Amino acid sequence: MILFIAVVVFAGTAGDLSVSHAMKKIGHVETLRPTSIWNVMLRAFRMGWLWIGIGLMALSFFSLLALLSWADVSIVVPATALSYVTAAFGAKYLLREKVAPLRWAGVFLVCAGVALLSLS
Amino acid sequence: MRREQKTRNRTYLLLASMVSFSSLGNVLLSRGMKQVGEIVDFSPLALISVFSKTFTNASVWLGISSLLVFFVSYLLVLSWADLSYVQPASAIGYAMVALLGYLLLGESVSPMRWIGVVFICGGVALVGGTDARTTRSSRECE
Repeated sequence: MILFIAVVVFAGTAGDLSVSHAMKKIGHVETLRPTSIWNVMLRAFRMGWLWIGIGLMALSFFSLLALLSWADVSIVVPATALSYVTAAFGAKYLLREKVAPLRWAGVFLVCAGVALLSLS
Repeated sequence: MRREQKTRNRTYLLLASMVSFSSLGNVLLSRGMKQVGEIVDFSPLALISVFSKTFTNASVWLGISSLLVFFVSYLLVLSWADLSYVQPASAIGYAMVALLGYLLLGESVSPMRWIGVVFICGGVALVGGTDARTTRSSRECE
């Protein structure tokens, strides 16, 4: 079960990191007009990183479904709240984002809060 | 300065869209799958019938469309904002669902869940106090 939780958390995090990397490469989208959104999406869906990210997210999602079919929801769902922490680590070391102490504190609070909320 | 303000408003707009459409999408998908009914027979023929029932269900399609809007909003906001900002900030949705369930549907919320709601709100407030963007993108466009 721990193995499956690890797959859910790490594949999900890796998926978010890949998708985020792809969008950072595309660069700041300045307008939200439908035509420009459409053009940005066409460009995004031609990027390898986006598809890698979607693949990893799908892997994470199906592992979660498999896990939920036999494991206890009140253990599985709180455990997946760990992905807030792994995502912040990945964002800092792989995407080179600056995670300020204040942001770390927020990430840990959110992680604990989501875990508590899904416990009962 | 005006440009920064505009970017901040767009960040909030897209975060709100992510939170609303992901919850809406999940509710619609769940309603659709309940209409399809529990899968008890796993023979190929029965699975084909489940598949055709699923993909002719209006709620399922509305749910998929909502999740698509969520994903596009997520991608757009990530084009300028940090992943380590967007992800914790979007967790406010969990707190909102618990609060709305309590206020609108009269659901009971255990003390532990209230603590969870308070933690999430506090965490989101802390993350919201940091700059949404700490990296420079290689190029600016559109």
